Amino acid sequence: MKNTNGAVPAVLVTRDLHKRFQPPRLPAVQALDGVSFEAPRGMLTALVGPDGAGKTTLMRLAAGLLHADSGELTVLGVDVSADPQQIQDRISYMPQRFGLYEDLTVAENIDLYADLHGVSPEARAERYPRLMEMTALGPFKSRLAGKLSGGMKQKLGLACTLVRSPELLLLDEPTVGVDPLSRRELWEIVRQLVDTQGLTVLLSTAYLDEAERCGHVIVLHQGKVLAQGQPSDITDIARNRVFVAELPAGQNARVVQSRLLDEPDVIDAVPDAGRVRFVRAERPRATAAGAGAANALVGAQVSAATPRFEDGFMSLLRRVADQEHASTISLDRPLAARDDEVVVHVHDLVRKFGAFTAVDHISFDVHRGAIFGLLGPNGAGKTTTFRMLCGLLPATDGELRVAGADVRHARASARAHLGYVAQKFSLYGALTVAENLDFFASAYGLRGSRKGARIAWAMEQFELAAHAHEPSGQLPGGYKQRLAMAAALLHEPEILFLDEPTSGADPLARRAFWRRITALAEQGVTIIVTTHFMQEAEYCDRIAIMDAGRVLAEGRPEEIRHMADLSEAHEPSMEDAFIAIVERSRRNGQSREVAA
Amino acid sequence: MLEALLRIIALTRKELLAVLKDRRSRMSLLVPAIVQGLVFGYAATYDLNHVPYAVLDQDRSAASRQLLAGLDGSGVFERVADLRSPRDIQSYIDERRVLLVVQIKQDFERKLQQGQGTDVQVIADGRNSNTAATASSYVTAVVGAFNDNWRRDHGLSPQVLTSTDRAWYNPNLETRWNMIPGLIGTLAMIQTLMLTAMSVAREREQGTFDQLLVTPFRPFEIMAGKALPSMLVGITQAAGVFLVAQLWFRIPFAGSIVTLFSGLVMFLLAAIGIGLLLSAVAATMQQAMLFSLLFIMPFSLLSGLTTPVSNMPSVLQYFTAINPLRYAIDIARRVYLEGVGLPLLTHDLWPLALIAAVTLSAASWMFGNRIT
Repeated sequence: MKNTNGAVPAVLVTRDLHKRFQPPRLPAVQALDGVSFEAPRGMLTALVGPDGAGKTTLMRLAAGLLHADSGELTVLGVDVSADPQQIQDRISYMPQRFGLYEDLTVAENIDLYADLHGVSPEARAERYPRLMEMTALGPFKSRLAGKLSGGMKQKLGLACTLVRSPELLLLDEPTVGVDPLSRRELWEIVRQLVDTQGLTVLLSTAYLDEAERCGHVIVLHQGKVLAQGQPSDITDIARNRVFVAELPAGQNARVVQSRLLDEPDVIDAVPDAGRVRFVRAERPRATAAGAGAANALVGAQVSAATPRFEDGFMSLLRRVADQEHASTISLDRPLAARDDEVVVHVHDLVRKFGAFTAVDHISFDVHRGAIFGLLGPNGAGKTTTFRMLCGLLPATDGELRVAGADVRHARASARAHLGYVAQKFSLYGALTVAENLDFFASAYGLRGSRKGARIAWAMEQFELAAHAHEPSGQLPGGYKQRLAMAAALLHEPEILFLDEPTSGADPLARRAFWRRITALAEQGVTIIVTTHFMQEAEYCDRIAIMDAGRVLAEGRPEEIRHMADLSEAHEPSMEDAFIAIVERSRRNGQSREVAA
Repeated sequence: MLEALLRIIALTRKELLAVLKDRRSRMSLLVPAIVQGLVFGYAATYDLNHVPYAVLDQDRSAASRQLLAGLDGSGVFERVADLRSPRDIQSYIDERRVLLVVQIKQDFERKLQQGQGTDVQVIADGRNSNTAATASSYVTAVVGAFNDNWRRDHGLSPQVLTSTDRAWYNPNLETRWNMIPGLIGTLAMIQTLMLTAMSVAREREQGTFDQLLVTPFRPFEIMAGKALPSMLVGITQAAGVFLVAQLWFRIPFAGSIVTLFSGLVMFLLAAIGIGLLLSAVAATMQQAMLFSLLFIMPFSLLSGLTTPVSNMPSVLQYFTAINPLRYAIDIARRVYLEGVGLPLLTHDLWPLALIAAVTLSAASWMFGNRIT
């Protein structure tokens, strides 16, 4: 694909860039394998690609923090390897985990970075008010950085990065783990910098909708550039191959979607507002087993749809990574699916921390074999609710029954029925995959041949056998999550709790993850999940949107979309609906306070 | 019951795996304890040798030479200077070139021969009171020997009253004999307490504690599964120091190994209880580390390891009642040097049992109920 922005002089140019890492006692990793691209001036350039594509390595090379093995890298007309200090003086780089000092206040953090960069008092006087206005952190100046929400931390990180005016801004996955509202705000800030100040920004992201809004996109995969150009160039790859299927009554979009992924003439399928959206293959794939999309879509009404960036992106990836979505899961003993049975019952649940009410009289029911999504901005009370459901935190008041047991009184017996996957990888990093599984199997009371069989099942289902004797802390991200899920499923729980399971995961990993979840639900496992990816709410049977400790809306995804009541003509996306519902509730809350 | 036991074993196994897998942490199990045992065995001693001293001999007689020969031949003192004038004394002491100066006056021999008493002046550097006192007492012993010899040689009647010292259990009163058995408990405690205090805090910081809490583990089982590996580590270290005492310093062991280690198990249980309680209270590893340092220092200093508990102000003596190390040092010394059996150690064992019971149950309650 040719660079359609050829007329604009490039700020960052790479030519045949190579970088290889050799971790001790592990095979070498070719992080960058002949990367050539240009990032045009005064524009937003996005680096997209699955985990391990080389995005972070590229960022660090551009910031002069690493040396390339071979190839050219010119930033602002300077050869980076020749003069990294000059580059570092002229650019700003915000790494994925920005170094905020959690025990310093917001203002102290900004001052510290201004001191580090030698920003003059006059420049500060001019710059600070703008940073504060931009990030809306003004009212929180004296709050400790450690006490900020994930979204606010990222904004503060950005403010610290921008204490001086860089000529190029490098942002490494700035929106990971940030809720949709904060994500939109962050994005506004970056947009503004580009539009009004003509700043050049290179950012990497796992959110494809963000890449779509950039001026220039580079798709990386396993250290190679798959494509680059305007977002529409990528979208066009899937032109005339995207369809939407309206399913006959009684069919579950999630289930049909997951079957479609097995068909040789389909490269991608997602549930979308009760329908199934899918992309046909350019040519039939040899690795798929099914008999064609038509088979899976008997009785459905199929119509052509406008491609999105994600469709083009998936088409690109499928050209090089065909077999990835063969991941599914089958239980040894599927649970009897009695749909009407309520397995999680929450009624008037309250949790207070001193005077602060984190969870404020919430109620919902989850049926067996259903996927229930808990959505909400950071600090909405999702995690507190989750911890109470898992028996990690006693409730202040209310009713809470999990798998027939009253969690408030019989926490230990309820726990044997549930599996829990924490947001952060929380198995023992020093132990190997096999040792971790062995420990958790014993923890759940498995022993003898049963234990051996369950561990073998987990190794096989999650394709962990090849890594069985590696320390789990050194596994690639996707494998860590699989291991965490494997450990949580060893004892065949009826209910699986997943806290932000796809945070930071790339689109391929997310597809694989949801296929497993769909398969589990089909086999009778009840799933409760929190997520920041609003499209993922489409996989859920029911979702609840929480904010400020209350459930604002609860129902099937399509019902929630309509609750948003957006006047715009187009079909509201789940993200639009989410933001509308939360903002409306916050406005009402404010007006109530004013009235009182 | 069996289920619980199997879970405790699984947790113990996991804890040991985590410690033993890593070469560095494997080394840190035994090497520091043994090295510290050796170093402290040599370093921490009040016994003096090679004490530098100076002489101001204004008499220069046969008698004065005889006295000085006694000092030089004692094996303790090393003469580094012969002073010419009393004015030199000041500078030698001030510059720490000598620890003491022995001054013999001009009429020393004459007075002795006339049967009159006379004296030898010993000027010591009091900035180091312990050493000065010990060195002075050595001088006194040498002077005593000189007296006896003089009386015998000159046909005078021996002194009317002399005292004869016999130190039981440590006949030569070597500090090392006193110090190293005490180190068995002290060194084992330092690492065990630290390791235990970090163990739960580490899991909490890394998020694995939640993962543990959602499994059927009961708080008591977590407590036991955490205490057991720490106990094994503590016993290993105590055994390391014990071997240093036996094989290197060759301090004769009067008691029974079973008695010694029974006492140490009870002591370690108390120390682990304190460690686990600190771990349950601490939110982060950093806090756990700080908390344990906060306890280790006073526990070590107020244990009787270096200065006897009975010499402390009575308020502090009350404090030592909750210091497990105080009992451990008493147990170790009495079993090691004196060879007592368990019945005579009851007054040490029951306070340890009480500390262990209180801290271990508090820790296990905290695991189940701490709100995060």
